[in-house]
Amino acid sequence: MNKYITKAAESAAKAVVLDDMILTVGMPTTAGSKMLDGYNSLFESEAVTKLKSAGYGIAGKANTGEFGLDFLGETSHFGACADESGNLISGCAAAINDGDAFAAVSLDTNGTPRRAAALAGLTCLKPTYGTVSRYGIVPAACSGEAVSVTAKCAADVAEVADCIIAHDFKDGTSLPEEVCNSIKGNIKQGEFKKVAVIKNLVDSADSDTQAKIASACTALNNSGIATEEINDEILPLSQSAWFILMSAEACNNISRYDGIKFGYRSPNYKNIDELYTNSRTEAFGLLTKLTVLYGSECLSDDNYMPVYDKAMRIRRVISEHLNSLFEKYDALLLPACSKTAYSEDEVKSDIDTAYNESLYTAPASISGVPAVACAGVQFIGKALSDKVLLGLAQICEKEA
Amino acid sequence: MKFETVIGLEVHVELATDSKIFCSCSAKYGAEQNESVCPACCGMPGMLPIVNKHVVDLGMTAGMMLNCDINRTTTFDKKSYYYPDLPCSYQTTQWFAPICVNGKVRIETENGEKFIRIKQIHMEEDAGKLVHDDWTDTSLVDFNRTSVPLIEIVSQPDLSSAKEVLAYLERLRNLLRFARVSDCRWEQGSMRCDVNLSVRPEGSDKLGVRTEMKNMNSLSAIERAIEYEVARHIDAIANGTEELVQETRRWDDVKGKSYPMRNKETAGDYRYFPDPNIMPVVIDDEWFDKIKSTLPEFPEIKEKRFIEEYELDEKVASQIASSRAFCDVFEGAYERYPKAVEIANWLISDCSKILNRKKMTADMLSINGASLGELIKLVNEGVVNRAGAAKILDAMFDTDIDPKAYAEENGFIISNDTGKIEEVIKEVVANDMKSVNDYKSGKEKAIMALFGQAMKKLNKNCDPKTLRELLIKYVDSI
Repeated sequence: MNKYITKAAESAAKAVVLDDMILTVGMPTTAGSKMLDGYNSLFESEAVTKLKSAGYGIAGKANTGEFGLDFLGETSHFGACADESGNLISGCAAAINDGDAFAAVSLDTNGTPRRAAALAGLTCLKPTYGTVSRYGIVPAACSGEAVSVTAKCAADVAEVADCIIAHDFKDGTSLPEEVCNSIKGNIKQGEFKKVAVIKNLVDSADSDTQAKIASACTALNNSGIATEEINDEILPLSQSAWFILMSAEACNNISRYDGIKFGYRSPNYKNIDELYTNSRTEAFGLLTKLTVLYGSECLSDDNYMPVYDKAMRIRRVISEHLNSLFEKYDALLLPACSKTAYSEDEVKSDIDTAYNESLYTAPASISGVPAVACAGVQFIGKALSDKVLLGLAQICEKEA
Repeated sequence: MKFETVIGLEVHVELATDSKIFCSCSAKYGAEQNESVCPACCGMPGMLPIVNKHVVDLGMTAGMMLNCDINRTTTFDKKSYYYPDLPCSYQTTQWFAPICVNGKVRIETENGEKFIRIKQIHMEEDAGKLVHDDWTDTSLVDFNRTSVPLIEIVSQPDLSSAKEVLAYLERLRNLLRFARVSDCRWEQGSMRCDVNLSVRPEGSDKLGVRTEMKNMNSLSAIERAIEYEVARHIDAIANGTEELVQETRRWDDVKGKSYPMRNKETAGDYRYFPDPNIMPVVIDDEWFDKIKSTLPEFPEIKEKRFIEEYELDEKVASQIASSRAFCDVFEGAYERYPKAVEIANWLISDCSKILNRKKMTADMLSINGASLGELIKLVNEGVVNRAGAAKILDAMFDTDIDPKAYAEENGFIISNDTGKIEEVIKEVVANDMKSVNDYKSGKEKAIMALFGQAMKKLNKNCDPKTLRELLIKYVDSI
């Protein structure tokens, strides 16, 4: 079923599974790409170092979509990971549900870990940007990607998250030590007042997903937390703005794979231009190629101001808008994806799936605020409210 | 028809930092191939750039030396292009908010002083180096130079001749070396220059077609390249020999000609965007003031002061003010022993001689100024003689020694112990009665033979006047 790209030897320690964007020494890191098939990093990621020193073992490197840009691993060079009914499942989620691993640490670039958790009945935290070091992850969209934690429940997620949340001088965007420390410790309980349900986004999802939202609302109400439906026209702007920023940054980051220094080199070339073109043409999948083309276009002289710069301005508008919402609400409740199951075939037949489904995940990606997926739904909170979101998740988990 | 030339320069200067701009690899020139590399400067995924603060210090210093405004919030951007010597396929540079803008540099021309405006100075990383092996028909990449910090100094098109360009470059080099921003060595590539040039009929307010020339490795090559290019432009405009196009050209110094570069080498769209991994660098007042306080006096102000305050003659003052190291040693020595003219002489003759012998440049002089002052004082007070002092000075080039202590340890102190001198005289005379007899029979020069032998026995550490007096007194007495 393609759960792993590299499986580690059995170990007695409590095991964490990594997605294959997280660099490890001793196991290759492929980023799901033929380009990095067999690539052995000279150093390991800060998150892995922290996990190891806390006594966790590493279960292996789970299957990942190429450079983490896709919907749910369907673009992996090593084949998608699907369950027995043919539905996509992320390698990380499968490893947890099969009991191979206690938790997963994976890179959230375009929302994959959150929707993977929502689909697999797990809980996932995408922490506040800057609280987990990005040192040692294969970069795609540096301005928004976050090292995330997935497990069976909020308490387990918090345990692993607390282990990797820390200031790191090797990451220039890492928040100061005291800020990182402020979100460690107990999950917040009983401090909530009101959650906003983003009605227009809920309405855009299918009825099964809407039912999950309704159950979450019931659970919150039963715990004395008010829910209020609102229509929000600003949050959906995140989708195209994040797509522009992500594609541009990914195009730039992926440009280092040129066949010269490491990674795949085509045997078919007569000069340097052919070496570049053929290596990249033969090693990248279609979605990566489209991302490179689109990102390149967004950054061109003609398009920089009307496209890229505008996306950055929209990012600021969204951040300010979220701040104003969080003055009234503890969190926003919205779907993590539009359906409760996706077959491998349907996703593979529509290359726009990743973009279409990022409608729900892009708001937290573009603004860097924390998000939690649980019980098939998603909560978004203000910066550093990670433990508040896990508290809400615990309430929904109980009810589910 | 008369023509005028319009020239703007882009000057790259490697900064004198110990480590590279975004990682801790050594930035020193001359390492073994691929010795100073790490995953970060090889473009391996997962390393994140951390800005070397010293680079910003030196960027600011350069801006202050060139009268620029300093952007208190300065950002880094990525510039994308493919080339095998660029491991990430992007160069981290400054595009949207460079560290310095709006400067000016004064140069001396035939028609008096002229100010060349600086458009901006930005910080960026250098690329690696390709090594072509014709024997095996392969190209190899040396990443030592990758991510070595650079500043690029972009001038306005204010220069109008090769002479002015040379004056401007000399001035930049002098100021930047004075402020220890860079060693600015053309031959090692730590100073490089691209020339943007156009020609138009005199008095015209419309600029002609502009070409950019690269690959000049010395001042004389720059001069030749400009002269060639100006002639080519004039020929094209006046005689229609060719149609000028805006392009980048490579200077071939051997053939003495410029050639258009292949299109790919000059591909235009670099897709600049802000580097999300580097937070904006904010220069607060404390940082700004700290750098400001470390700026050296401008060389021409020093020179003037040396003439007025220390009464050095113009030529000597200009010679010392040409090198920051000479100035520092001079001033250090003066503080210890205020004899300006003598210190200047020691620097220009004795120190320069040792520098030449060691094949070092003036800027590499690293002796302690106070020690030089002390040494000159010892000589003037008759504690050591010139020969001994020369040996002590030599030793000062190797380590920071205390000249007096060193003289004592190594027997360079002039002996004033007349008892010892008389003992040596007796010994010398006893062994050379022939010279004594010659002297007594009227050959006055014979005394010099005895003098020489005695001086040798005393290791030359003896006041010659005292020795002479004691010797004659003794010989006369026997």
